[in-house]
Amino acid sequence: MVTSVTSLGRSGLYDWLLQRVSAVVLLAWFVCIGGTILGAPELTFVYWKSVFSGTAMRIFTLLALVSLFAHAWVGMWSVVTDYLTERMMGPRAVVLRLTVQVVCVIVLFSYVVWGVQILWGN
Amino acid sequence: MSDNRPVNLDIGTISFPLPAIASITHRISGVILFVGVGVLLWMLDASLASQASFDELMSTLQSPLAKLVIWGIVAALIYHSIAGIKHLIMDMGVGETLEGGQLGAKLTVGISTVLIILAGLWIW
Ligand code: HEM
Repeated sequence: MVTSVTSLGRSGLYDWLLQRVSAVVLLAWFVCIGGTILGAPELTFVYWKSVFSGTAMRIFTLLALVSLFAHAWVGMWSVVTDYLTERMMGPRAVVLRLTVQVVCVIVLFSYVVWGVQILWGN
Repeated sequence: MSDNRPVNLDIGTISFPLPAIASITHRISGVILFVGVGVLLWMLDASLASQASFDELMSTLQSPLAKLVIWGIVAALIYHSIAGIKHLIMDMGVGETLEGGQLGAKLTVGISTVLIILAGLWIW
């Protein structure tokens, strides 16, 4: 079994499933938003605002952001553990990889908090 | 720890048939989206803050550069989603043969290309 302290769920199988479940949530959210934008007769501020003021839509959007957090954590982990390796980057690869991972997680966490501010702050 | 682990494929020396190109593009589009979500959130913020910021955003989005950026992000999203759906289908055990893999890659590239062109037409 592949284990790594920097993966999200400490087990490859768990991460694999999380990435898939979150992919389905993200897909559903983007399809829903795409449908809203394309389906609106005219996209006005009042209409757009009303779409995001319903509690269900806010919950759905927050769920999508949390899914994004999990999905992209696992995804970016896969990417950096493939390329930022000792074989490709030399002895300092571990430091480099951890730095990039920390930056990714901070960015993703900021996205979630920013999203909460947009949804409930405006 | 890393010293004892087996070295498997050397990704620097592998040739790239269509399924491999489809796969690396899925990866590249994922990384583009990681950044692109920042732009999308910025737009969501501006579009919901007030009538004034909504109008300002709408006029900003009229510029050719802005349209290009949006099209790029939407293209990455479309490709990543279609290739992602192919992934999920293959995870269920469908199309895991060599022929299936090649067909899946062709469908992914074909469907995405059509959708990306349609998205471009809609944006312009
Ligand atoms: C907009 C938000 C998204 C971001 C930032 C994102 C990012 C990523 C990244 C970086 C990867 C890793 C790629 C790799 O290992 O090669 C990945 C994998 C994946 N993504 Fe996304 N993605 C997003 C949305 C979606 C959507 C909407 C789907 C819909 C089906 C999806 C399906 C997948 C699947 C199935 C994988 C796993 C691929 C594999 O195991 O190699 N993603 N994503």
